[in-house]
Amino acid sequence: MKNLEDLKKQIKDGLSELDVVIGWTDSFDPLHATPHFMRSEADVDKLKVDALCVHNLATYLPSLKGKKVGIVVKGCDSRSVVELLQENLISREDVTIFGFGCSGVVDQVKIRRAVGEAGMVESCEVSGTEVKLTVAGKEHKLPMADVIADKCQTCRYPNAVLSDQFVGEEIKPTASFEDGYKDLEEFEAKSTEEKFTFWLGEMDRCIRCYACRNACPMCVCRDHCVAQSRDPHWLSQEAHVRDKWMFQVIHAYHLTGRCTECGECQRACPVDIPILLFKKKFNKEIKEVFNYEAGLDPEATPPLQTFKIDEPTIKEKEW
Amino acid sequence: MAKFITSDKVYAWLEELGQKHEVLAPRNEGDSIVFKPYDSKKGFNIEREATAPPKKACFPQSETLVEFSHIKDLENPEKVALDVKETIPTSSWVVFGSRPCDARGFTMFDRVYLNGKHVDVYYKARRENTFFITLACEKGETTCFCNWVGSGPSDPTGSDVLMVPVDGGYFLEAVSERGESILDSSLLEDGGSKQADADKFRAEADQSMGEARDLSKAPAKLLEAFDDMDFWEAQSAKCLSCGACTYLCPTCYCFNITDESDGVKGERIRSWDNCMSNTFTLEASGHNPRPTKAHRLKNRVGHKFSYYPDLHDGVISCCGCGRCIKSCPVGVDIREIVLNAIAYEAKEKADG
Repeated sequence: MKNLEDLKKQIKDGLSELDVVIGWTDSFDPLHATPHFMRSEADVDKLKVDALCVHNLATYLPSLKGKKVGIVVKGCDSRSVVELLQENLISREDVTIFGFGCSGVVDQVKIRRAVGEAGMVESCEVSGTEVKLTVAGKEHKLPMADVIADKCQTCRYPNAVLSDQFVGEEIKPTASFEDGYKDLEEFEAKSTEEKFTFWLGEMDRCIRCYACRNACPMCVCRDHCVAQSRDPHWLSQEAHVRDKWMFQVIHAYHLTGRCTECGECQRACPVDIPILLFKKKFNKEIKEVFNYEAGLDPEATPPLQTFKIDEPTIKEKEW
Repeated sequence: MAKFITSDKVYAWLEELGQKHEVLAPRNEGDSIVFKPYDSKKGFNIEREATAPPKKACFPQSETLVEFSHIKDLENPEKVALDVKETIPTSSWVVFGSRPCDARGFTMFDRVYLNGKHVDVYYKARRENTFFITLACEKGETTCFCNWVGSGPSDPTGSDVLMVPVDGGYFLEAVSERGESILDSSLLEDGGSKQADADKFRAEADQSMGEARDLSKAPAKLLEAFDDMDFWEAQSAKCLSCGACTYLCPTCYCFNITDESDGVKGERIRSWDNCMSNTFTLEASGHNPRPTKAHRLKNRVGHKFSYYPDLHDGVISCCGCGRCIKSCPVGVDIREIVLNAIAYEAKEKADG
């Protein structure tokens, strides 16, 4: 990030008013970043912001209720903050948003596909156009376009949509709404049988760890999730694919009109199940039915959390 | 007993083993590598550590303990009899392509489920009838730390056959008595001439591991830090409290028991449970002694590096496979937490 020093200065200036500021820092190997909770200037010096900073830190906000929290956000992350505000799950006065214009983050799965083995990364340099890796003594130069996350390829909100401090220059988005749903349309074109076979195959390896749920900034039931409730015992704990799938369907339904498509569910999945597709399906429907997208306007009420006698986009009286 | 198999014959060997046993082998599923019943059409992938360990071989994700059905008495509608059927597994299994850490992980289970006062009959039935053909690692990954926890990249502990890559194929060594029966196959050649190559491979693999950190103070230090919730809140700040680390852990053996009914029939099952979950310690009264993720992560680390070693001759209940680090959505590093705990007193003194 070009303006990293400016951002550090902004955070340091705000630190005395805040209990903690959440950003990213170096992790266990050069190819990964990790969420970073900053309380001192020395902590801020370790802040890192680049294409490895994949995590949506908004996930932590509801659990820090009552504290004064600063948060560094990419465009997509900022939409989750806005959605949390829309749902009164966090208070605006408790959150200080440090936004920037994001040019995209890497997809670790794509990097694994490209280098075969990402367990022995010795060095990693990320520039705007390239990820340069040394893996087990061998150098790999991966064009950013090949390893960037799908969501970034079709990003329409690279800049924080809400911020108290914005560092650097805004980035001009080029994608359209339709661009973001081509993968879904391709999938929808398949026969029901093909789709069902695909999901049975993918969901079978789910280990029911609920990383998808816990990484999701909008999955705020957390300790009270139906998936594990003991009494009532809603969901079978069998390792059957139908039970694993059932949870994903519940997850997607609960997120309808709320999901900001940060993709954390899919990124967090330790066995790489493409579960974002479920959420994209519902988002596309919500756009069609209500002409609404989650997490853009702090004042807007999510369509499924309200009722209007006359929905502007549903002309049922003309049916 | 030492044998050798050429790479091209491994498939035939797995087919042969499959005639007597159910064979589990790692294969690509999507972008992950997971253990599945061996299917010759889908092959296997033993190029790198599997995403998920073969834990389910002896400890399935969910397992039926008993099948039950309610039988109504037509004479007296208030009287319902219960028919219960025990379901102890009777098959035999071969796990092919596990790594030394994966197989050694089950030795942590053994102390709890086999060697204690109570024997877990379900675990016993699987464990005694599961053979591990383990592949020695060539080199540690950045997340590997088996050498910190008393093991190494070709440690045969817990395995029946150790497979070492050598020129043209694999050197196969029986490391348990029952491992010898697995090596009784006409597809295998005598391996004597490959012994030196295999020894060299193993020595180089040992060399590839970074310096092992001394964890001998961990049990006492973790207890010392037990009541300092500020310490644990700092260690767990980024933790999402999901179960990825535990379910991918070859040594995590906790389970839940539920009755799953459908009409008058049902099964009592046990399924993986994990101490990162709120419901794990939620008591019937509604009280939860581990109400936050800080309490839960403290338990996970404490159990592996302090409470278990205290009960089992100092053995750390971690095999150092590194999956909890590699697959954690937010990069929680258990090594870092243990080292922070070991440094705990020093930090206090420095502050004070």
